[in-house]
Amino acid sequence: MSAGTWRDKARRVRALMVKETRQVIRDPSSIAIGVVLPMILILLFGYGLSLDVKNVPVAVVVEDPGPAARELVAGFQLSPYFHAQITHAMQPAEKLMLERSVDAIVRIPADFERRVNSGSAEVQVLLHGGDANRARIIQGYVQGAIQAWNARQAAEGKTMTGAGGSVTVQQRLWFNDANESRYFLVPGLIVLVMTLIGALLTAMVMAREWERGTLESLFVTPVRSDEILLGKTLPYFLLGLIGLALCIVAAKYLFHVPLRGTLPVLLGASTLYVLVALGIGLLISSAVKNQMVASQLAMLATFMPALMLSGFLFDLRSMPAPIRLITYVLPARYYVTLLQTIFLAGNVWRVIVPNMLVLAGMAALLGLGSRAATRKRLD
Amino acid sequence: MKNTNGAVPAVLVTRDLHKRFQPPRLPAVQALDGVSFEAPRGMLTALVGPDGAGKTTLMRLAAGLLHADSGELTVLGVDVSADPQQIQDRISYMPQRFGLYEDLTVAENIDLYADLHGVSPEARAERYPRLMEMTALGPFKSRLAGKLSGGMKQKLGLACTLVRSPELLLLDEPTVGVDPLSRRELWEIVRQLVDTQGLTVLLSTAYLDEAERCGHVIVLHQGKVLAQGQPSDITDIARNRVFVAELPAGQNARVVQSRLLDEPDVIDAVPDAGRVRFVRAERPRATAAGAGAANALVGAQVSAATPRFEDGFMSLLRRVADQEHASTISLDRPLAARDDEVVVHVHDLVRKFGAFTAVDHISFDVHRGAIFGLLGPNGAGKTTTFRMLCGLLPATDGELRVAGADVRHARASARAHLGYVAQKFSLYGALTVAENLDFFASAYGLRGSRKGARIAWAMEQFELAAHAHEPSGQLPGGYKQRLAMAAALLHEPEILFLDEPTSGADPLARRAFWRRITALAEQGVTIIVTTHFMQEAEYCDRIAIMDAGRVLAEGRPEEIRHMADLSEAHEPSMEDAFIAIVERSRRNGQSREVAA
Repeated sequence: MSAGTWRDKARRVRALMVKETRQVIRDPSSIAIGVVLPMILILLFGYGLSLDVKNVPVAVVVEDPGPAARELVAGFQLSPYFHAQITHAMQPAEKLMLERSVDAIVRIPADFERRVNSGSAEVQVLLHGGDANRARIIQGYVQGAIQAWNARQAAEGKTMTGAGGSVTVQQRLWFNDANESRYFLVPGLIVLVMTLIGALLTAMVMAREWERGTLESLFVTPVRSDEILLGKTLPYFLLGLIGLALCIVAAKYLFHVPLRGTLPVLLGASTLYVLVALGIGLLISSAVKNQMVASQLAMLATFMPALMLSGFLFDLRSMPAPIRLITYVLPARYYVTLLQTIFLAGNVWRVIVPNMLVLAGMAALLGLGSRAATRKRLD
Repeated sequence: MKNTNGAVPAVLVTRDLHKRFQPPRLPAVQALDGVSFEAPRGMLTALVGPDGAGKTTLMRLAAGLLHADSGELTVLGVDVSADPQQIQDRISYMPQRFGLYEDLTVAENIDLYADLHGVSPEARAERYPRLMEMTALGPFKSRLAGKLSGGMKQKLGLACTLVRSPELLLLDEPTVGVDPLSRRELWEIVRQLVDTQGLTVLLSTAYLDEAERCGHVIVLHQGKVLAQGQPSDITDIARNRVFVAELPAGQNARVVQSRLLDEPDVIDAVPDAGRVRFVRAERPRATAAGAGAANALVGAQVSAATPRFEDGFMSLLRRVADQEHASTISLDRPLAARDDEVVVHVHDLVRKFGAFTAVDHISFDVHRGAIFGLLGPNGAGKTTTFRMLCGLLPATDGELRVAGADVRHARASARAHLGYVAQKFSLYGALTVAENLDFFASAYGLRGSRKGARIAWAMEQFELAAHAHEPSGQLPGGYKQRLAMAAALLHEPEILFLDEPTSGADPLARRAFWRRITALAEQGVTIIVTTHFMQEAEYCDRIAIMDAGRVLAEGRPEEIRHMADLSEAHEPSMEDAFIAIVERSRRNGQSREVAA
């Protein structure tokens, strides 16, 4: 028998890949996870989900009809950061706050004008503390608005020392000058898409083969278990690269995220991560041979950590130490670091090399693991 | 019994093979317990035996998918445990449920297997047309495998295993759940390959008539080989002990048959064309209570008959499984004795799904306490009819009365009178037997002491108490079916609907099942049943044969039998009649289409 030669091997892998590709094309759920879901995520995260706070509803209580107060109010009304509702008494404003129609109350007291002129004016700011992070951001905005007014007053020669003091705080964020959250959301999004295609889809299609009994028939042919693995891996690897391409195009042309590193480095890092995700998917499905459980496990073991513990949404350094330790075993953590570096900082080899090495190690380990776990046996 | 083909080397040899399974939290199962046999080259070898005999385990061991605990297993001269891949390169294997890729077309499935086996383009050009001709799948090449009927799927599975000539073909119950027409076609394909190409085949089956057609038979029971040899060797076991009783007028063959099963000197009895066919015991059985066959057959004319394979098989099983397998059933409150009251009335019933007419103007009546059989190939409309009768699916048109209630307008009140056992096990697998019964009792509105009494009744009548606290999903097949029947009888329905209750069941389990059905009918319960086993139609008072949504024939079993092609020499069996009726109707349908 010539079943052992490389040509036969290649022919069998090709046959399995053709089969798999046909299945992907015909199965709406593969297309949904592989193409539609990434698109939805791109649009959702790119346009809908933003960590920037804009159009904050505030109630501005104007108890002083004087020109200084009017000018300050105008500052709030014209700012893109606020959506100001003007009232003339505290009571309606408090009601709005209770209903959570507004997140803050800015009260300009009746003696504002008089005290401005005497150089020690006060503006009362009440913040809704329901979301402490948001409250702090809004506090900063309000201060900023008052400072801006202050600065205008100063420029017009009306010397004074007002509510915000005379020091101007110049805010500057490294690598995200515009303080646009999409700059770091879009690279994070790539992690999610790669995780979905790599781990979830692979775990599901492999479990489906167990569930439908197709593997039992396949096993009793000249096909080897490594060929079955390759035949599964390659099409989804390609699908992963399509997802990646979609994300990069969207990042660059839709959301104008700068790519400061180079494309080959980005592709290299992504290739490693897709391999890791595929390995996890294959391992999960060799342990649980049921589509439903496999997909839930893949979600819990890969997608959720990639969302929450990779440094994509939440800063790793602000996590409690035990949880931070957990993040070290998550491949997504290294990929997020890589992507954020490559997109926003450039080819910083001191960051890229160690993270890529960790991913490569994980990919090799998982590859060997799924090779060992996939035997042509039913017991 | 010695190897029938002493000169021909065996293709598959097992010596003292053992295999044990250890399911979590349950007692271990000894699937194979010292199995030794040989499968000769160039012929069909059948593995027969009841559920749990170890047939599938043996097949999987031979395919190198499982490892034996001890013993030797040589296939094509190779030790399977040492080099499973070499075996898998050379043999073909069709599991019970062949893993077709349902989202690939017929041609793509075949191509995949041809690629994996490395079949050259020239070999394909020669082989494909023949495969297509044999399986009659030619016109459906570009159809998705998932859209094929059950019988066509099996044929496609077989075609995938035959893309090249294997040195050994393993078929694990290839005809389970396949209607008689497709079954006959599958058999013709295999037969032809054995006869013309000298293919060696090992197949397992629950159909004893299939085993009879093989060259070599191995009878397995609880992991042990009971006998092996030519089918005639097995048949001969019952020689001189098989009789047919012609009953006096007014006696029901089914009732007499079920009484005979209780007699100590009878090991098997079946209704057969209005008569009763039975096998006498080699020596009286200690466990049976009756006073002898003569008692049950007063007034009947008994004559000797030629034994069949099934008679020998049942004799073999009785030697090792003497305990009363076929238990009866008694209702707390027997219903009114059988009379001429019509309890199910179906007239001009129609069900359309869009443009497709699944049930096309069918009519029949079923009397109280009668057993009515609905037979037909896969896709004939039997299940759709059932669902309408049970009020699970609204009818498009026609009359439908069940237990005096109009199902089309008063579904709920009709449902209270009927029990339904679905084709697939539809109880909660994760719940225990007791929990399932408790749930279904509550669902039927039973409460308090009445509920307790009914559950106790079900546990006792169906001998479920020993398994009361096991999860239902892990029960052996026969028990699952008993549990499903018990659940359907909790609310004491007048009418019981059973959709292919014996599909995949072995002969012993089927006897037990029909025993219960006969007892229920005697106590006034009306039974409507579908089945693929044509011999089982003999248990019915009346049967209807359906195809393409229409009733082709309706009447007593002996009337239907005589609708077969009578030109053949032997007396027509129910299966012959069924195939003749369906084929005749399909031919007419085609010629009508051509004429139009």
